[in-house]
Amino acid sequence: MRFSEIRDHLSQFRVGIAGAGGLGSNCAVALARSGIGTLVISDFDVIEPANLNRQYYFISQVGMMKSTALKENISRINPDVTVIAHTERLDTSNIPEIFAGCDVIVEAFDRDDMKQMLIEFVLKEMPGIPVVIGSGLAGWGNSESIKFRKADDTIYICGDESTPAGDDMPPIAPRVGMVANMQANTVVEILMKKTRDYFRP
Amino acid sequence: MKIFLNNREEEFNTNVLSVAKMIELRKFSFKLRIIKVNGILIPKDKYDSTFIQEGDNVLMLYLMSGG
Repeated sequence: MRFSEIRDHLSQFRVGIAGAGGLGSNCAVALARSGIGTLVISDFDVIEPANLNRQYYFISQVGMMKSTALKENISRINPDVTVIAHTERLDTSNIPEIFAGCDVIVEAFDRDDMKQMLIEFVLKEMPGIPVVIGSGLAGWGNSESIKFRKADDTIYICGDESTPAGDDMPPIAPRVGMVANMQANTVVEILMKKTRDYFRP
Repeated sequence: MKIFLNNREEEFNTNVLSVAKMIELRKFSFKLRIIKVNGILIPKDKYDSTFIQEGDNVLMLYLMSGG
């Protein structure tokens, strides 16, 4: 299959990205380069200098909302992608509206309790929508420990599933990028197998 | 009893196994996790009252901070 065919197929789909930090920003850029039609990116945070060790932003963007800055960066990479940027904090009251119509949702939060909230909510309230989870990416080295696992038809896990981030075990660009790109690769795989639902708006 | 934990057969030396007991017996230590039994999501407040039966399919994953 030629890239133009892959891109044309992927352009039909909408992907939700919950969190635009290390996982979300790098995953979104990979999906934009691949030609996903619409990315719905949600993050309530602003860019800080400390984020630049792993997140897809620039020094000149420090202080901007992450989702707004990411929309700008993606438009400079692939203007054919429609980016819908949300700046409110995701919770159980706004998830259905923000991610309405998404074919896949990427879980790209930093905090473990936010990860749990999003995953449990989508599994319960938006059944059938696949969730691609990032779990375990802090530190460096141990490339062989990073793996992919399909738990069932709606749960896909990328990461080492054993290393939580902390002050002495920070997330750093290489491993964060590995997991983020693994998540993007999983999204592409799911969507390449999918035919567009005819009745969807 | 034998159950399938993350698609692997595992033996437990008990006939009564709640989700909470399974977590305790396997010394699963991280606090934030997703558990499904036979495809049904089990919320944290149901770990004591949900019982796993012989041959059940249990999915468990840990959520690590960092992103």
